[in-house]
Amino acid sequence: MSSSNNPSSRKEKSSGERPSKAGNNFRQTFQEISIKHASRRRITNKIVSIIAIVFVIGAIIPLASILFEVIKNGVAVLSVQFLTQPPGAIGSDAGGIGPAIQGTLITVGLASLIGAPIGVLSGVYLSEFATTSSVKGPKQRAISFFANTIRLFNDVLTGLPSIVIGIVGYVAIVLALNSFSVWAGAFALSIIMIPIVSRVSEETLKLVPNSLREAGYSLGISKTKITLFIVLKNAKDGVLTGVILAISRIAGETAPLIMTILGTSLFFTSLTGPVDALPLRIWRLASQPYESAHGFGWGAALVLILIILALSASIRLIARGKGIRVRTETI
Amino acid sequence: MTSGSVHINTDIKKKVSSFLVGSNKNRRFGDKLFHGLVFGTAAYTLFIIVIVVFSVGAGSIKIFSQEGFIGFVTGTAWNAVEGRESYGALPYIIGTLMSSGIALLIGVPMSMGVAYFLVEMAPSRVSGPLSFIIELLAAVPSIIYGLWALFVFRFLIKDWIETPLYNTLGSYIPFFNQAPFGLDVFTAGIVLAIMIIPIVSSISRDVMKAVPDSQREAAYSLGATRWETSRMAVFPYGKSGLLGASILGFGRAVGETMLVTLIIGNAIGPSAIPTTLFSQSQTLSSLIANEFNEASSDLQLSALIGLGAVLLIITMIINIGARIMVSRMVKVSPGGRE
Repeated sequence: MSSSNNPSSRKEKSSGERPSKAGNNFRQTFQEISIKHASRRRITNKIVSIIAIVFVIGAIIPLASILFEVIKNGVAVLSVQFLTQPPGAIGSDAGGIGPAIQGTLITVGLASLIGAPIGVLSGVYLSEFATTSSVKGPKQRAISFFANTIRLFNDVLTGLPSIVIGIVGYVAIVLALNSFSVWAGAFALSIIMIPIVSRVSEETLKLVPNSLREAGYSLGISKTKITLFIVLKNAKDGVLTGVILAISRIAGETAPLIMTILGTSLFFTSLTGPVDALPLRIWRLASQPYESAHGFGWGAALVLILIILALSASIRLIARGKGIRVRTETI
Repeated sequence: MTSGSVHINTDIKKKVSSFLVGSNKNRRFGDKLFHGLVFGTAAYTLFIIVIVVFSVGAGSIKIFSQEGFIGFVTGTAWNAVEGRESYGALPYIIGTLMSSGIALLIGVPMSMGVAYFLVEMAPSRVSGPLSFIIELLAAVPSIIYGLWALFVFRFLIKDWIETPLYNTLGSYIPFFNQAPFGLDVFTAGIVLAIMIIPIVSSISRDVMKAVPDSQREAAYSLGATRWETSRMAVFPYGKSGLLGASILGFGRAVGETMLVTLIIGNAIGPSAIPTTLFSQSQTLSSLIANEFNEASSDLQLSALIGLGAVLLIITMIINIGARIMVSRMVKVSPGGRE
């Protein structure tokens, strides 16, 4: 690709003293252009720079506005009662979002208990076992084909719209149990979580220097223990950031919860019954035609944003000074 | 004293080393077990894929057998009245592509501008904090974008952009000829653009950072300005990565549910086909979210899951295409296993 961009420099290198005809032409034209249009080129450069700065400002204003509005409107309704009480009658300004906070913690917690171990171990497989050089030939090809398939499917899962994952939770769990349930919500959220954790774990484990593994082998330690006590121990901060990143991602998911946990104004009763969640509550409150409901929506948004920012900040605290690359977004 | 602690120390060491090395028989069994465990967790992904395909397929089979796949995809009616039930997905496919298209048209140039600023212009003491802020924006849940758009942004966009456009162009161009209300396909597109900017710009930033400096140095040494360097040396080198980033952003916009549900106006049936920029509309995902819990019949539920199947197919095509392009770029970039 690079040769098509600067043919003249390539050509000159290969043919020594004599620049080729094409290279000469290119340079001549370029010099002509650069002299002729010097001032116009400089102005174009300036204009592009200004446009870029305007775009940056344009991208930041919405963030400032969102944070400002959420804090301004959210703080106005914050109180102990708001954080702990179940919602009052529709349209009244009594009650709070207690069940939603509780439900988010339970659903996201259960999803993490399912998703984090599976994601981490799947990352361990892709990094430590799928790239093994001890087997050769067709078996090795089969293993690397399997690993690439898993990677591709993880990518496909990451790209699935969350509403489709909600449908999956509905058909696979809600219809099977015949009830909207925490299990269905946790299952759906774990589908979002696993590919993120798996990918981050794999990438982090691959950064552990091979010399550490070799040191373990030379002492006669088994592969299981090398993986658990040497490789994973060395990569634990990176793996942890991946897990927290995934948790912060699923904590804000709304769409899959509509058809799995349904949402209720009551506190948690059982894992096989419906439960409330913050994003879901925000949606229901925003859809109501009452001022008080909108105020509560902002308050719930403030609580949700604080939870997610706390998770993001903890990722950064863990990663600080350890050379761990943090990406808040996952592709 | 000293000899005692040394004794304990060697004792611990012995225990640790015997734990780590273990007996040969245990060890082989343990390794097999662990290998099986991690293999199983990796294979769990395959299991999920099967469940996804099965769930969406089984859920939508009823509507596809009633309307036919082509009939469902090209139909425009959405009638849940018993005895006259008829469902078609076309208006929502158009609504999805139009709102996401607007998001792409606005979001991608802005993201490229942000990435250009971060990589080529800003000194590191500016680009560091700015990257942090932009990644923060990526962490904000879409429901909060929706809340903000519904209660704050829609009034701004109606008063400052839509109404002036309507007043000046409305009588000449039919595309603008509808009195704006603030909850329409245009607003949805703009808020989707705001939502995808953080993702697209941070991936583009990574792609542009991965372009080797020798590319830039060659262009600078020929006397190119900063913009010309990017245009001739950076963008062409990273074009598949940048294209992939844009398509991934498009995929995000296509699949987004909650913020669209709140601001697109939620039209139903043939009227959901946006004929002007300021028409109320509906997307595949927003209709699913709106009606899923209120579905009155099995057929309607099946039709909603059928919309999910159409959405699944669209996003799969988009995502796989984008990933092929990004991975083509990443293979060129330095880094990876050490």
